[in-house]
Amino acid sequence: MKELVVISGKGGTGKTSIVASFASLLTNKVMVDCDVDAANLHLLLSPKIEERHQFYSLPKAMINSEKCNGCGLCEDTCRFEAIKESTINPLGCEGCAVCSHICPENAIEMVDTVAGEWFKSNTTYGPLVHARLGAAQENSGKLVTMVRSQAAETAKKLGYDYIITDGPPGIGCPVIASIGGASLSLIITEPSLSGIHDLERIIDLSEFFGVPAMVCVNRWDICPENTEQIKKICRQRKIPFAGQIAYDNMVMLAAARGKPVMELNSRIIDEIIQVWEKVFEVLCPNMKV
Amino acid sequence: MITIASGKGGTGKTTVASCLAMSARQTVQFLDCDVEEPNAHIFLKPRLTREEAVSQDIPNVDRNKCSFCGQCAEICMFNALAVLADEVLTFPELCHSCGGCWTLCPEKAITTTRREIGLIKSGSAENIHFTQGELQVGTATSPPIIKAMKETIQKNSLVIIDAPPGTSCPVVETMEGSDFVLLVTEPTAMGLNDLAIALQVVRVLDIPCGVIINRGTDVYSKVETFCRENNLPVLMKIAVDRAIAEAYAMGIPAVEAKPELREDFRKVLNHIKGVTAGERTCCH
Repeated sequence: MKELVVISGKGGTGKTSIVASFASLLTNKVMVDCDVDAANLHLLLSPKIEERHQFYSLPKAMINSEKCNGCGLCEDTCRFEAIKESTINPLGCEGCAVCSHICPENAIEMVDTVAGEWFKSNTTYGPLVHARLGAAQENSGKLVTMVRSQAAETAKKLGYDYIITDGPPGIGCPVIASIGGASLSLIITEPSLSGIHDLERIIDLSEFFGVPAMVCVNRWDICPENTEQIKKICRQRKIPFAGQIAYDNMVMLAAARGKPVMELNSRIIDEIIQVWEKVFEVLCPNMKV
Repeated sequence: MITIASGKGGTGKTTVASCLAMSARQTVQFLDCDVEEPNAHIFLKPRLTREEAVSQDIPNVDRNKCSFCGQCAEICMFNALAVLADEVLTFPELCHSCGGCWTLCPEKAITTTRREIGLIKSGSAENIHFTQGELQVGTATSPPIIKAMKETIQKNSLVIIDAPPGTSCPVVETMEGSDFVLLVTEPTAMGLNDLAIALQVVRVLDIPCGVIINRGTDVYSKVETFCRENNLPVLMKIAVDRAIAEAYAMGIPAVEAKPELREDFRKVLNHIKGVTAGERTCCH
């Protein structure tokens, strides 16, 4: 099974629009939205939810006020400052359970908390596994790991060969959980100074985890000089260049209508297809699109 | 203390945060808390003159004292230790520095050592005191860096914070203690979806807030309807404009590409000052 993960470093570079477009170009694949903080792929694919599951994060501490004698040892021990006057602030609690071990009265229990939901859905483009992390909840890395393994299981069950992953922005916990063990990462960047700055960090991350990377410049014509600069970086760092896609207001319109841009009459469709063909060549060197 | 957040990445948080700071008629403390991808320096162009490492405590096992009982690995919720027959393995990148292993080891065989997880860089640009955090590549935990940055905040000064995208731990860490959260969104189904989630976080934290709609067009009016229905004031609309996108690409702030925006950003600041001075009208 081959897993393509689309990442960006910086947010808003067009990952989701590009993943949705790829979805219309390949048949036997499962899609997965790993941007669980701000899942958006479903907005372009109009999924029909078939399974809905609760996601539990690490259990959080809870103080039994009847047993507690207010000694304050837990407050002194908690390194996350999540306990004040024998009350736990659930937003601060990391679920490390140290307080429950240290409490001399056995007054602290670790309680399961629902941190979000994950779904298996069907779309006109194939199955989609996605999730929604509850507001202000933690463990997005763990939820990412969960949806990825569910996507792999679904693909296996259906005998599909590919997984296309819409990754989260950044280089922290959720991205790390999204790219480990993937076959190829496609980095979407934009030709801005901030895009270039983040590109270097996300290439480092991909290398750090040993995942081969390719780069695609979205909205390249906003600044052709910076696009050239990005191509130069790719040459220097020996990262294959997957192509460039022009700025087109149709992408915005497609997002407003909740459709992949491929379904609108956009001038960038050919460019997206060319990028896809290049990516597919690297993902599966012995096959033709 | 004003935090600029958005839920979704790429809506224009950094643009709004840097434009607000550049439009203020007073000294501003600016914190770029998007430690995974700090970008505000590209627009504010500060002279960075100080650099400080952020590190966290991780366990250091003394094999002479260790009885290999395995209790440390058992209590570690983050799988950062593994105990074999005559060896203890530690995985620093998984450690949350909760202190469980070194507090609870029955043999007192675990002490701490420091592991660097990132940097805080600071300097200034005209009337802006600038600080940014940088997470080390390959490190998962950004909240300790954000926390360290917020410890540098001076009371009674105007503080503008550029938050990371999303709505989980790093964003909560950033928003906590703010007097006002400014949510930046764009008029698309994705923008609306993420605005709704970000609003839930702000409400959990009980902080007054308002919205700036970036890349405004007339094709999608649901964001404005949502704001009206949720008593969420729209403080400014920035029209979709290729010239702003081109300036952004070159690292030129929107208020320099379009100086007339400066007055609009000042109005936003004045509104926020009014709200934080006691008229807590929004978001409730």
